[in-house]
Amino acid sequence: MSRSSVTDFDRRNRDWYIDRLVQAVVFIGGISAIVFIIGIFVFITREGFSFIATEFDVSGFFLSQNWRPTSESNPTYGILALVAGTASVTGLAMLVAIPFSLGAAIFIAEFATGRVREVLKILVELLAAIPSVVWGFIGLSIMNPLIIEWFNVPVGLNVLNAGIILGLMAAPIMTSIAEDALKAVPDRYREAAEAMGATRWQVIAKVVLPAAKNGLLGAVLLGVGRGFGETMAVLMATGHSVNIPTSIFDSVRALTATIAAELGETAVGSPHYQALFTIGIFLFAITFVINLTADLIVRGIRNK
Amino acid sequence: MVNAVTTGADAKVSVRNLEIAYGDATALSGVDLDIRENEIFGVIGPANAGKTSFLKALNRMDMFNPEMKVGGDIHFSGRNTRGLRNVYALRRRIGVVFPLPVGLPMNVYDNVALAPRLGGQRNRAELDVIVERCLRRAALWDEVKDRLDTLGSLLSGGQQQRLTIARALSQQPEVLMLDEFSIAVDPVTTMRIEDVLKQLREEMTIILVTNLVQQARRLADRTAFFLDGRCVEIGVTEDLFTGEVRDQRTRDYVEGRFG
Amino acid sequence: MMFAASGQNDKDRRIQQLYFVLFGIMTLLLVLPVLIILTTLVVKGGPALSIDFLFTKPTNGMTAGGIFPALLGTIWLVLVALLFSVPLGVAAAIYLSEYAPENVFTRIINLAIINLAGVPSIVHALFGVGAFVIFFRFGTSILAASLTLGIMTLPVVIVATRESLQAVPQAFREACWNMGATRWQTIRRVVLPNAVTGILTGIILEVSRTAGETAPIMFTGAAFFLPFLPQGVLDQTMALSLHLFVVSTQVPDMPEHLPFGVALVLIGIVLIMNSVSIALRMYLRGKKKW
Repeated sequence: MSRSSVTDFDRRNRDWYIDRLVQAVVFIGGISAIVFIIGIFVFITREGFSFIATEFDVSGFFLSQNWRPTSESNPTYGILALVAGTASVTGLAMLVAIPFSLGAAIFIAEFATGRVREVLKILVELLAAIPSVVWGFIGLSIMNPLIIEWFNVPVGLNVLNAGIILGLMAAPIMTSIAEDALKAVPDRYREAAEAMGATRWQVIAKVVLPAAKNGLLGAVLLGVGRGFGETMAVLMATGHSVNIPTSIFDSVRALTATIAAELGETAVGSPHYQALFTIGIFLFAITFVINLTADLIVRGIRNK
Repeated sequence: MVNAVTTGADAKVSVRNLEIAYGDATALSGVDLDIRENEIFGVIGPANAGKTSFLKALNRMDMFNPEMKVGGDIHFSGRNTRGLRNVYALRRRIGVVFPLPVGLPMNVYDNVALAPRLGGQRNRAELDVIVERCLRRAALWDEVKDRLDTLGSLLSGGQQQRLTIARALSQQPEVLMLDEFSIAVDPVTTMRIEDVLKQLREEMTIILVTNLVQQARRLADRTAFFLDGRCVEIGVTEDLFTGEVRDQRTRDYVEGRFG
Repeated sequence: MMFAASGQNDKDRRIQQLYFVLFGIMTLLLVLPVLIILTTLVVKGGPALSIDFLFTKPTNGMTAGGIFPALLGTIWLVLVALLFSVPLGVAAAIYLSEYAPENVFTRIINLAIINLAGVPSIVHALFGVGAFVIFFRFGTSILAASLTLGIMTLPVVIVATRESLQAVPQAFREACWNMGATRWQTIRRVVLPNAVTGILTGIILEVSRTAGETAPIMFTGAAFFLPFLPQGVLDQTMALSLHLFVVSTQVPDMPEHLPFGVALVLIGIVLIMNSVSIALRMYLRGKKKW
C-alpha cells in the first residue's frame, strides 16, 4: 500500500519551506543583538572619530582634570575629574551595596523560607524597577535636605548622596544575581555537610559561599557596571560640578552625567560634541570589559 | 532458519552496517537486517543492548541530538534515509512509542488530532472519526470518551502511554515502532493492546522492542536479539524459542539465564 | 573538616542566630527604603493628583496645570518601542531556544545580549543620536527615541521569552517531532501556547522599563516642553520621565507638590506594571499543566 507513495517520498512540501522560512526569520532576530552591539560601536565611533583623529591626545584626555569644553579661547577636554567623580560615587555605592546585597542574598537564599522569602524577593524586584530619574529625584528632594540637616553642610548634592542612591539602585540587581548563585549550589553539598553535624551557618560559610564564589563575584561586577553606567541619578544627585573630591561632602560630576547635561547644547560635529562621543566610546569599552569578565567568571563555575 | 533473510530490495526497512555512537561511546555496531512489509518484527535484549538507539536511528532522531552519530545505511521503502532532505516526511510515515509516556499539554482530543491536523486535515467530522478509532485501538476510548477535553499531560501514566499509542496510530504510519510499550500499562490492558497489534499487522509494519521475551514470542513473526551493541541473532521467532539458534547467548537469554 | 563537638553546640547555635539576625537586618535595610520612598511620594505627591492633573496641559511655564502631554508621549514612546522590540525579541528568543546549535556563534549572540543590557543608557542615547537622528535622518522624533528604547530593552524581552520557552519540557518537543512535525509546527502547536503567559510577563516588564527610561530619549525625541501633542511618529513629544527631570531641575519657582506628583505617577505606572507581571507569573506557577 505504501509503494505508490514512494515517488513523492522526499518532496519538500509547504511545511518544509515554512520551517526554513521561520528559521531564517528568527535567525535575523538572533543576530540582531550582535548587529546592535556592533552598530552602537560603529555609530558612536563615527560621531567621535574626527576628534580622536585630530585633537585627541591620550594624556591630555585622561590625565588632565580640566574639562572646559565651552571656553572661548582655549577649550580643554580632560576627563580626569569626571573619572574621579564617577569612581568616587561608584566606589561609595559599592561600599554600601556589596555587604548589604550579599547579606540580603544569603538571608533570602539560605535563611528565609516560605512566604517571607517570596515577599522579600518581590520587594527586591520592585526596588530594581524604580526608574533612575525617580532615584535622582529622591536624591534631589529627599536626601539633599536630610544631608544638609544631619551633617551641617552647605550642599547636600554630593558624593555621599549619589553614592547612597547608586548603592540602593545597584543592590537589588546584585542581590538577585547573588541569590541565584547561592541557589545554584547543589543541595547535596549542603546535605553532606549537615550529615557531618554542621550548623546552618557552618554549612553556609564553609560550603555554600566557597562554592558560589564565582557567581558572587559576577554579581558584584555587574553591580559595578550598573553603577558606573548610571546616568540620571548621578546627574541629579552629585551636584554636577567638575571636581576631584577630597571628602564625601564634595560635589562631583560623573562621565555619564556630563554627556547627558551637555549633548543638548553642543553643535553637531563640533569638537565638544565629538569629545562627548569619545567619552561614550570610553564608557562603552569599560562596560563591555566588565560584562565580558562577569560572564566569563559566572560561566566558569557552570562548566566545572 | 527458513525465511530468516530476505533480500534488501523488497524489504520495508533495510539496515546495512549500522553504527551508532554517542560521543566516543559506541551504542550499536555492525547491524545488518531487513524488516518486511506487514510483519511484526521483534527486538529483544537486555538493557543497554542498543535497542532504543536502533529505533531512534530509523526515525532519524539523531538530528536532534548533536552527540548521536549514525553511520551505515538505512533504507525505508527503498529510499536511503541518510540523504533525506525532508526528514519530517519520513517521520510522518513512522509512528513511534517510547517507554516514557508523554501526553502533550493539550486536551485528549487535540493530542490525537494533532498528527492529522499537521497533515492538513481540517474537517471536524473526519477528525472525530480518526480520534475515536485511534483511541479505541489504543484501549483508551472507554476511559476518556466522556472527558476528551482533559489535558493529556494530566492523565495517569498508563493512560498517557495509551494516548501516545493512539497518537502514533493517528499518523496512519507505514511503520509503527513500539519501545517497551507495556512498562506503564497493567497486564489486562497490555493483552488488549497486543490483540490490536495483531490486527494492525494487516495495515502496517510493526517493530516491537521489548524486554519481555514472552511478549515477543506472542506477537513477533521474526525476532532479532541485541546484546552489548551488536545484533547477535535474527530468526523466525519460534525458532529462537525452540532452540534453533546460531549463538549460545541467544538461548541463554531466551531461557532467562541472564538479562 | 570536623564540625560541632558537643561542647561547641551552644556556641554554634548562638553564632547561627547572630548571623540570622545580622543578615535579616541587612535585608530589611535594603528593602525598607522602597517603603519609605513610596510613603514619602504618596504623602507629598498625593495632594497634587487629580483627574485634571492627569488630563490637562502644563501651564504657567510648567509650574501649574497637568501632565497630559507627557503621559500621552510616554504611551506613544512605549507603544512604538514595543512594536519594534517585541517581534524582534521573541524571534531572537525562539532562535536561541529552539534552533540555535551549541557553538561559538550562539555564545557570541548571548554575549551581545548581555552587553546590550549592560551598556549605559547614555551610550544608547549617543547611539540613537548617531544612528537614528543623524544617519537615518529620522530627526529628533518619537521614531528615533522609540527605536533607541526598543534596542535598549530588547534583552528584557529576549531573556523572559527564552526562559518561558525553555520551561516547556523537551519531551513534548520530541513527542511532536516523532509525529513528523517540523520544528516550526512543534513551536507553534506545543511550545508557544505553553509559553505565551511567560512571554506576556516579559513584555509587561519591558513596558515598565521603557516607561521609566530618561537618558535614551533626551536627545533622540523627547522635548522639555511642547505646546502641541504629537500627531505621528516623526513628531517630537514630551515624556513623563523627562518631565520629572525638567520640573525638578530646570524650572525655577516650582511648587513642591508638582514634581512629587509627577514622580508618583511615574513610579505608580512602573510599579503597577511590575506587580501585574509578578502576579501573572505567580498565577502561572500555581496553574501546572504538566
